[in-house]
Amino acid sequence: MSATDAANGGKALISDRARAERRLGWWLAGPAFVVMLLVTAYPIAQAFYESLFKFRLTDPDAREFTWLNNYVVVLTDGVWWRAVGVTVLITVITVAVEAVLGFALALVMHRALTTLRPILRTAILIPYAIITVVSAFAWFYAFSIDSGFVNSWFSWLPGISENTNWFGEFGTSVFVIIASEIWKTTPFISLLLLAGLAQVPEDLQEAAKVDGATWWQRLYKVTIPNMKAAIMVALLFRTLDAFRIFDNVFIMTQGANNTEVVSFLAYRQTISRLEIGLGSAVSVLLFLCVVLISILFIKLFKVDLASARGER
Amino acid sequence: MVRRTVSVAAAAVLTLGLAACGSDDSTPTLTWYINPDNGGQVELARRCTEAADGAYRIRTSLLPREASAQREQLARRLAANDSSIDIISLDPPFIPELAEAGFLAEIPDDVAQDVTDNVVQGAIDGATWKDQLVAVPFWANTQLLWYRRSVAEAAGLDPENEPVTWQQIIDAAQSQDKYLGVQGIRAEALTVWINALVTSAGGEIIDNPEAPADEVQLGLETDAGRAAAQIIEDIARAGLGGPGLANEDENASMLLFQGDRGSFMVNWPFVWAATLAGVEAGNLDQSLVDDIGWAQYPAVAEGEESRPPYGGISLGIGAFSEHTDLAIEAAQCIVTPDNQAYYMVTNGNPASNTEAYDDPEVQEAFPMADLIRESLEAAAPRPQTPYYNEVSTGLQNTWHPPSSVTPDSSPEDATTLITEVLKGERLL
Repeated sequence: MSATDAANGGKALISDRARAERRLGWWLAGPAFVVMLLVTAYPIAQAFYESLFKFRLTDPDAREFTWLNNYVVVLTDGVWWRAVGVTVLITVITVAVEAVLGFALALVMHRALTTLRPILRTAILIPYAIITVVSAFAWFYAFSIDSGFVNSWFSWLPGISENTNWFGEFGTSVFVIIASEIWKTTPFISLLLLAGLAQVPEDLQEAAKVDGATWWQRLYKVTIPNMKAAIMVALLFRTLDAFRIFDNVFIMTQGANNTEVVSFLAYRQTISRLEIGLGSAVSVLLFLCVVLISILFIKLFKVDLASARGER
Repeated sequence: MVRRTVSVAAAAVLTLGLAACGSDDSTPTLTWYINPDNGGQVELARRCTEAADGAYRIRTSLLPREASAQREQLARRLAANDSSIDIISLDPPFIPELAEAGFLAEIPDDVAQDVTDNVVQGAIDGATWKDQLVAVPFWANTQLLWYRRSVAEAAGLDPENEPVTWQQIIDAAQSQDKYLGVQGIRAEALTVWINALVTSAGGEIIDNPEAPADEVQLGLETDAGRAAAQIIEDIARAGLGGPGLANEDENASMLLFQGDRGSFMVNWPFVWAATLAGVEAGNLDQSLVDDIGWAQYPAVAEGEESRPPYGGISLGIGAFSEHTDLAIEAAQCIVTPDNQAYYMVTNGNPASNTEAYDDPEVQEAFPMADLIRESLEAAAPRPQTPYYNEVSTGLQNTWHPPSSVTPDSSPEDATTLITEVLKGERLL
């Protein structure tokens, strides 16, 4: 249809329309774009500017321009790298577990009977509807040594006893932090994956069935390749989210037992120590990490799309 | 629907706004930022508003529960020259920081004289920065040694009449197979404990607390610092702090002490009121109360007097307040011995003014009132430096968990970390 238009010399007409559409697009997206600039670009620029100073909120007279010294301090400090390590550890484990769990839940929701589906979806979504601080407190009290029920309910398991102090060492603290994060955000990833599942054409599945493919074969050869985009988007969103984890650590350990994560490190420099310069430097670095993750994912994403297209 | 909700909300905001400005008279309203308590400060605000007879009205505004969060909020507001802050309930360790930054209004000499009359030394020291009183002492807290008479007796100790040392209570808990109530959580409570141990051993965490950040000298790499680390190591290594030592706060210590394996505990006097309340509610047995004794904070070395922790609240006057003179007047009203006695009896927070301890009601509610007063006289404030937060957090980072503390490495680690952080060379 469009090919005929072009052949008929309607090139100018189309480009006119395209131009009008583009203009309309800008009109529609413009206000949102301006607001985005105001609420994100401005604070980021401000943070970067502040990060070039040695500046303590309670000692404003001693404010001093120190170029990139704050970044040198942060990047040469083991505390920063340890926080990055812990954050990456938490991110990788939570996202990996959530992807598998979330996919399973999405399959259940997808295949559930229509009568059961609304109830099932609501039930699965409840954890996601709970405020993170509240869920962090709930998990904290459940595992706490003096008022928690976990120790008494699960004392039959090896390694758990009445006196297990979950928040007394690194491994167990991180376990609870990760578990509560997974519990809380798996619904989110499963919802995104459910949307992806709905996009897989039913006739492909049927064709595979006719060809005698088993359930697993259909999952690997039909379902997953067809929802790769949805999977990547879900993983990207969750990774960015997980990398900025704060609430669970803040409530449960306050960074004790080396469970400090990058967001918490930024919080402690800026809010607790009132060292605006140093804290801004940590925040800017955190921002750069997030950008890096996005770039990696988008690159990865594109490569995958291309290869998927090439196969077919 | 949406529009209706919006208009309802707008109407609500309007009426609220009107209500706030509605009281037509021109009486200045002072805002008192209070820490959470059992309603005592609200009542004192009411009493002083009444006593002012129209000169001013005091309104209270609640700060967060954690002392560190209170400081964060106050510092941010004061840095922005918040004129709504007239009177502030301040935790003593943060007074130097706010005073040095010029966030606290000056207190005239005659008022300073007046509000330090009969006040325990610990509270005066805690409210002083660079030889100037910068806050009005309100209530003063100190830790006592609480013990189970049965356990002490079985171990052959009589803490009430013969001051005990940490070594003695460690041995006693070990021989009786009991737990000691101490605070090993990575929080301010741990700094309180470390400071009490170091000062009781005759040292100081900081030798020159008034020095600028890059010249601060720590006093931890001394015999006193090592003795403090030794005590924590002994308790943690022998498991005497119980299984939850690494996150044991004051409340957890109290629960441990009330339990079957309770023996000795260092803690603030709130535990007395809380235990009595527990008995009243039927959760605890009266025999437990009868078994509880109290004595001076344990010493580090035999024959030397201990320096118990000092805490409490002093009243700062906001430097950007529009009514500093009235705020000072109001603060003077709040801290009268009568009001302090009322506050002690109803809220369980000990008075800083010794006169309040003569009040019969105080004596009745706190059988250990005289001991509290003596303990306050001997109490040592935490390091009074504008960089207290860095010092305290640095200590908590290097002396936690308690099982990792050793006299050989912990004092050195803390000194290195805190010095480098203060020089701006490291993160915290």
